[in-house]
Amino acid sequence: MNEHDVIVIGAGGAGLRAAIEAHEEGADVALVSKLHPVRSHTGAAEGGINAALHEEDSWELHAYDTMKGSDYLGDAPAIDAFAKEAPDEVIQLEHWGMPFSREEDGTVSQRPFGGLSHPRTTYAGAETGHHLLHTMYEQVVKRGIEVYEEWYVTRLAVTDHDNPDNRECYGCVGYDIKTGEVAGFYGSDGVILATGGLGQAFDHTTNAVANTGDGPAMAYRAGAPMEDMEFVQFHPTSLPSTGVLISEGVRGEGGILYNDEEERFMFEYGYANNEGELASRDVVSRAELTQINEGKGIEDEYVHLDMRHLGEERIVDRLENILHLAEDFEGVDGLSEPMPVKPGQHYQMGGVEVDEYGHTCINGLYTVGESACYSLHGSNRLGGNALPELLVFGARAGRHAAGGDVEQSQIPTGPSAKSENGDVDPPVDPGAVKNGGDPVAADGGAVAAPKQILDRAIETEEERIETLLERDGINHADVRETVQQTMTENVNVFREESNLKQALRDIREARAQYQNVGVSDPSRTYNTDLIHTIETRNVIDCAEAIALSALAREEFRGAHWRKQHQERKDDEWLKHTLLAWSDGNPELYYKPVILEGHDQTYEPKDRSY
Amino acid sequence: MSTQIEQETERETEQTDEQSPEQRRREAKREREAERAEEIERALSEAEKTVELKIFRYDPEVEDKSEPRFDSFTIPFHKGMTILDAIIYARDKYDSSLTFRHSCRQAVCGSDALFINGKQRLGCKTQVGELEWPVRIEPLPHQDVVKDLVVDMQHFYDQMHAVEPYFEPDELPDGELEEQRQDPENREKVKLSTRCIWCGACMSSCNIAAGDNEYLGPAAINKAYRFAMDEREGQDRKQERLRIIEQEHGVWRCQTQFSCTEVCPKDIPLTEHIQELKREAVKNNLKFW
Repeated sequence: MNEHDVIVIGAGGAGLRAAIEAHEEGADVALVSKLHPVRSHTGAAEGGINAALHEEDSWELHAYDTMKGSDYLGDAPAIDAFAKEAPDEVIQLEHWGMPFSREEDGTVSQRPFGGLSHPRTTYAGAETGHHLLHTMYEQVVKRGIEVYEEWYVTRLAVTDHDNPDNRECYGCVGYDIKTGEVAGFYGSDGVILATGGLGQAFDHTTNAVANTGDGPAMAYRAGAPMEDMEFVQFHPTSLPSTGVLISEGVRGEGGILYNDEEERFMFEYGYANNEGELASRDVVSRAELTQINEGKGIEDEYVHLDMRHLGEERIVDRLENILHLAEDFEGVDGLSEPMPVKPGQHYQMGGVEVDEYGHTCINGLYTVGESACYSLHGSNRLGGNALPELLVFGARAGRHAAGGDVEQSQIPTGPSAKSENGDVDPPVDPGAVKNGGDPVAADGGAVAAPKQILDRAIETEEERIETLLERDGINHADVRETVQQTMTENVNVFREESNLKQALRDIREARAQYQNVGVSDPSRTYNTDLIHTIETRNVIDCAEAIALSALAREEFRGAHWRKQHQERKDDEWLKHTLLAWSDGNPELYYKPVILEGHDQTYEPKDRSY
Repeated sequence: MSTQIEQETERETEQTDEQSPEQRRREAKREREAERAEEIERALSEAEKTVELKIFRYDPEVEDKSEPRFDSFTIPFHKGMTILDAIIYARDKYDSSLTFRHSCRQAVCGSDALFINGKQRLGCKTQVGELEWPVRIEPLPHQDVVKDLVVDMQHFYDQMHAVEPYFEPDELPDGELEEQRQDPENREKVKLSTRCIWCGACMSSCNIAAGDNEYLGPAAINKAYRFAMDEREGQDRKQERLRIIEQEHGVWRCQTQFSCTEVCPKDIPLTEHIQELKREAVKNNLKFW
């Protein structure tokens, strides 16, 4: 058993920032990650980091833009903390050596981004995430923080008190990918989940193959609810053949979107008469798909993003990476022709329900970064807000877990925060497969001493892995494919009741199929067949939560568009969707949005760009 | 042929309550495997071309893989197919035990550096159509093979860590929210060096590294360059950095064969960076005479 004060699961931007902060607070901290840290998908973020650095800008404006972008589903305490602390975090990063793009006077450059009232996006070329990830990993190396790389965490060690509010997390169980060893990680002061996105629930995504929603799924099954899972961001500019992301920075620098008649449709069709291409991402994605559905797409599949008029010098200076991506993954020369783009799953606004310190309702269990929902992004995240999020909340959770100075949190979590029961009528039961008699799907643990809880979790995982390796069964890849296809077909940018119900039926079928999976590779050495098989269960849980929450919310807000409910309904729906696992019988309920911050109260307004 | 396939996919197996979970799983597996075999056959017959991959296999734990061998996979080819696409197809459709690292699919995570037709390349940014067929895919040379295409990267990481790969400025500005200034020209100077994704292709291609296990290697020296040339760190730190790369197994081992520069998937001029550090070190030593 490996013992530390704080265990951080996942070593992308959020995990690294949390580990550094916990270390600074004097904790003995360890990072456990299924990838070596520099392989994390934070490295693929391109555009930038929003922070109000200029004198004529202010954190209040950044907070206001973020709340408006969220379509008034963000919680003010999280948004205020975020906007206030982002500038310090950016300067901290600069002091750690981040190679930001610079102005002639040597200061950090800032560029315009969608939905922002001020050019406040700092960046490092079009590879900001790569530099952020490496800069922070370097600081982890400098501090000698222990990293268990290529260890896949498969279970949290949590007590099984009836009420999740009373549960405690004491650590987690990891599987050493290289050797097949199962070991416990005991975290006496806390466990911080920072596992990133869940894009593998879809088949056209900008996410990495490793983004399988492990954190949300593990926390969910351990009793922490998932929040606002229906809100999935589809990025308007992903390459059609692979889903590789083309940064919003292209539009920030002046890139233009055209349909097959070379109309600048964002203006011509009035989708965003003021902001045009730089409207919020949900607005642009819907505009593109509307054009494509109306027969104005190119090859009925995509639209064109043109940056040729920016000139070679500016493109090479600020967007060079985009030229490589378009060339390598689509065979297009961005200097001489427009680039094909279409919406692709990009970011999960929802996640594990946490307060503004990343703390879940389970004592000692935190979640940060994309796997968490504070709620900062509400129903739609603004471009350039994900990287400062993982810095600000990574640091806040690290500090909280390590026992540093923190204030009383204002955002309530867990069952006690419930204000209203849900009313949703799924076509099939969600949750655990009953009468499956299958230990692979079982979860839980009895109330006992902390280390006994962990020991029991280790035993359960050893048994589960043994079972998966030994038994004969179907290849998980078939199950995953079923989920990905139905999600992309039925839970996409435009959502209809019948499609959402079809997705739930398909996911149910996938759950049933999952009872029959087996791992053909018998080896304990680097068995990726086993790892992917375990991941697929997480993919199923996340996909189901998204589809079920989407079916429940009968309004149009931010990224969530419903065919029969094409307006935002503040009277009824100014509330967060919560989904609790409830030992396999998922329960859907609501809690109110908090629009009242410490310094300012936000009034829901029409959201136009 | 197509009618026969339709008939077969329509056939369904009755599931009865008497089936044990084990029987159920076996049954499901048989059905799936039959479906998959048909799917592959259909894909192969519909594809304009098929490509043969010869992939290195090895697993010390599994009896028939403990002696290294090559397996052949026939893959339906489509325009735009990358080596990563092709080996994912081989894994998901033919053999789920085929093992390789991959994650981002867009040449930024650096997981899938492989030895493809005798050259170090990233699987995800190598077009199958641009290679000679059949395509031979092996793990990176000069590193211990863990299994199939996965090599032990520990030595590479150790060398990276040996150059103290973290920013450590002599001093920081005092002002609240005050950044360090950096001339855009200086940023431009280090720009290419900061693109390294730690894939290990350069190290694997380097003859010197192959013969001298303690040689820092191109990636680590490039990392040192990234900091030594960054004006924000200051002169004191630069002295220390030059001392590190001047050691016995540092820059002077490089014989400017350019193999690292040739294979770098991020087009970093590694050899030039090493040469420039040699010059810096000489200048620096002269200064103290």
